[in-house]
Amino acid sequence: MSTSTSPIGAGANAPAAKTTSNSNATNAIGAPPSHRTSSIVVENIAKATEFTANGLPVLGRPTGKTDRYNGMTGAQILLQMLLEHGVTDAFGYPGGAILPTFDQLYEKQLNFILVRHEQGAGHMADGYARATGKPGIVIVTSGPGATNTVTPLATAYMDSIPMIVFSGQVRSYLIGNDAFQEADVTGITRPVTKRNYLVKNVRDLPRIINEAFIIATTGRPGPVLVDLPVDVTTGKIEDAVDDTPYLPGYKIYKAGHSKMVKAAADLINASERPVLYVGGGVILSQAWPHVREIARKGNIPTTTTLLGLGAFDENSPLSLHMLGMHGSAYANYAVQESDCLIAVGARFDDRVTGNLKLFAPKAKIVHVDIDPSSISKNVKVDVPVVGDACLCLEEMLGYIEPRPRSSWLSQVARWKASFPFAYKDDTELSKPQAIIEAINKVTGGKAVFTTGVGQHQMWAAQFVRWSVPRSMITSGGLGTMGFGLPAAIGAQVGRPNDLVIDIDGDASYIMTAMELATMSQYNLPVKVAILNNRFQGMVRQWQQLFYKGRFSHSEMVNPDFAAMAESFGIRGLRCHRKQDLIQCVEEMVNHPGPCVVDFLCETDENVYPMVASGKGLHEMELGIVGCAAPNSDREMGTLA
Amino acid sequence: MRHILTATVMNEPGVLAHVANMFSARGFNIDSLVVGRTEDPNFSRMTIVVNADERTLDQVRKQLAKIVTVVKVRDYKETPYVSRDLMLIKLSAAANSRSEIIELAALFRGRVVDVGMSSLMVELSGEEEKLDAFVELVRPYGIRELARTGVIAMSRGGSSNAGTDDEIRIEQRPATARPVVRQPLSGKRQPSQQELEATPPG
Repeated sequence: MSTSTSPIGAGANAPAAKTTSNSNATNAIGAPPSHRTSSIVVENIAKATEFTANGLPVLGRPTGKTDRYNGMTGAQILLQMLLEHGVTDAFGYPGGAILPTFDQLYEKQLNFILVRHEQGAGHMADGYARATGKPGIVIVTSGPGATNTVTPLATAYMDSIPMIVFSGQVRSYLIGNDAFQEADVTGITRPVTKRNYLVKNVRDLPRIINEAFIIATTGRPGPVLVDLPVDVTTGKIEDAVDDTPYLPGYKIYKAGHSKMVKAAADLINASERPVLYVGGGVILSQAWPHVREIARKGNIPTTTTLLGLGAFDENSPLSLHMLGMHGSAYANYAVQESDCLIAVGARFDDRVTGNLKLFAPKAKIVHVDIDPSSISKNVKVDVPVVGDACLCLEEMLGYIEPRPRSSWLSQVARWKASFPFAYKDDTELSKPQAIIEAINKVTGGKAVFTTGVGQHQMWAAQFVRWSVPRSMITSGGLGTMGFGLPAAIGAQVGRPNDLVIDIDGDASYIMTAMELATMSQYNLPVKVAILNNRFQGMVRQWQQLFYKGRFSHSEMVNPDFAAMAESFGIRGLRCHRKQDLIQCVEEMVNHPGPCVVDFLCETDENVYPMVASGKGLHEMELGIVGCAAPNSDREMGTLA
Repeated sequence: MRHILTATVMNEPGVLAHVANMFSARGFNIDSLVVGRTEDPNFSRMTIVVNADERTLDQVRKQLAKIVTVVKVRDYKETPYVSRDLMLIKLSAAANSRSEIIELAALFRGRVVDVGMSSLMVELSGEEEKLDAFVELVRPYGIRELARTGVIAMSRGGSSNAGTDDEIRIEQRPATARPVVRQPLSGKRQPSQQELEATPPG
């Protein structure tokens, strides 16, 4: 049951969380971000630098016609090739059609995590990929096993996360016969994968596995599914096969067009009120040092999207924090006033732009993106730069002229002073924002955070001071409730020495709460902070604001979360009183094993600022955020 | 506006479904989509006619090119090209009207490919408008069955590279695109007055 005993001393495997403030926004290019003081170190993933004549990356082992697979079954080939591609961990669930592959996993050459539901496996692989930069691997069975991965595939596809799902399939001669546990998995997953394969012959398997890794991890990353009929995983290769990847329709964009890079830099240099708008692509391409350096060199205020959080150090005076629907007022005002908006690895999502017709009306727009179809999709771009953000920005940096831009910076500073994220701590129960502030205070923001989807997600984005890349793991594009817990488990598997905290809502959490059993089975020291307001908070907020307070089916009757965790063998705590907040967070963070804390919080709290749909960014409802601002500033804000 | 795109795609199951699905998922309207083999058994060629404004066309091209199994995308916005549609049409043809129909078919350079006691089948190819015109002309005789392949197209001249999917080039193209120049079919007859009159306006 829930306990309130004094914290158990930090065990050997408990990551030490330190409260360190870091105002160093200006790391030199090439040097890793300087967070050595904390337990969080972001390791760069080696990116392909060598390419074949076809433009595909050179794999670790030479490819071509080879007899190295002779005498091996498909399942043996799969396992061996996973290991060769550097896979150390995988997630999944066995079943009839994938048993040949699971038989190979018996030897434990891979750290395999048995989940409780295939959706959990998908989100774990996703969280693993976001936390480490390596592709997440999922192995599931046919039919329901595979269809359960559709939500994670869609989540990863929307957020461009490298992930490979290997699904079992009925024997190829049974395909189309409505066999037991048969589903048209390639048909079902085609719209939510970057590429999917149905392997018809074991001789194609080595080539397809090579292709799957290339497609998942290069260019704009994304999920790939490989459907493996039983006769492929049990079938043997008898003679030489060619495992050279063959992708004539696949183009990997590398450096940007130098003319466009120069044109972009010229536009930036000529601008008086530039804003850098940084998305998840910067994390994916590991371009954060370059972003930070460009911002510093040009004195360019920088805002990030939800997925870009951590790419920029929010302790920097140049940071505008997150923009968009629930972004900061100052980020939104700055974008609307800007004369040059530099989007990097971002895609002008509707949650970012608000009403497109009113978006950044005064700005020339530079868009750096690796996916040409992102360019001018939603917003007409003036200078497109198609390429890897890292390479494009590296080249652009050379052209950026140092400029003080003091009047723009002081305007930004005034907005920041007038419209900080705020809440009123005036209720008997804790305000959800206060809980997140307490977590931020205790950890110094130096942890890997995951979230579900909803109010708590927005508050986490607003009230954690993000400074470390790959420290915010959240479902952005698809908005998948239930993402937080499995993603945290995946992140912990990928980064066993780091503190991983799932900041979750009660409704999100219980969608995938069966994965507590996974956490418990592998003793993964994930911390779960449930912001329990007994509602689907964001739904409640919209119903309050737009549906006359008719709270249709948004109220939750929850179990005792602490007792529930205890029943899984996981430490469960309750925090019902405001004054226990810091102590509870400390107890959670210092507990050496997995720990779930039920933070009871105020129900009737709304996320502000809020840009209602159809409104321009400057037309946001400020709510409590506007209360601190003097009248003159508020007017300025609305005039922006 | 009506645009013709061609896509060279890998010849494997699911590619057509992927392309068709992309169009419906993104709300693009297809007028026609034709798939056929090419000289290389590894590749098929799709010809797609879309109704779209300039900006949508740009997205269609890019989204097509993004599909891994789509190897190359060309549009014919600024390129002279030849387009053809093939039709089989079965008409009611009693003995007394048979010769009239045969005459009309000959005028359109069509061929009679089957004759029955009371029917007649004509094979006709050409630009869509020409086929439309023929259909209107023979409608009074009674159309029993009609099948058209949809449009296939190819650029004129030696270059196969016109309107390629080179994104950089496209991005730098001036905003005001040159008007589409449709050149008269070289060495072919001009449409007759009758055909022109029968062609619906626009």
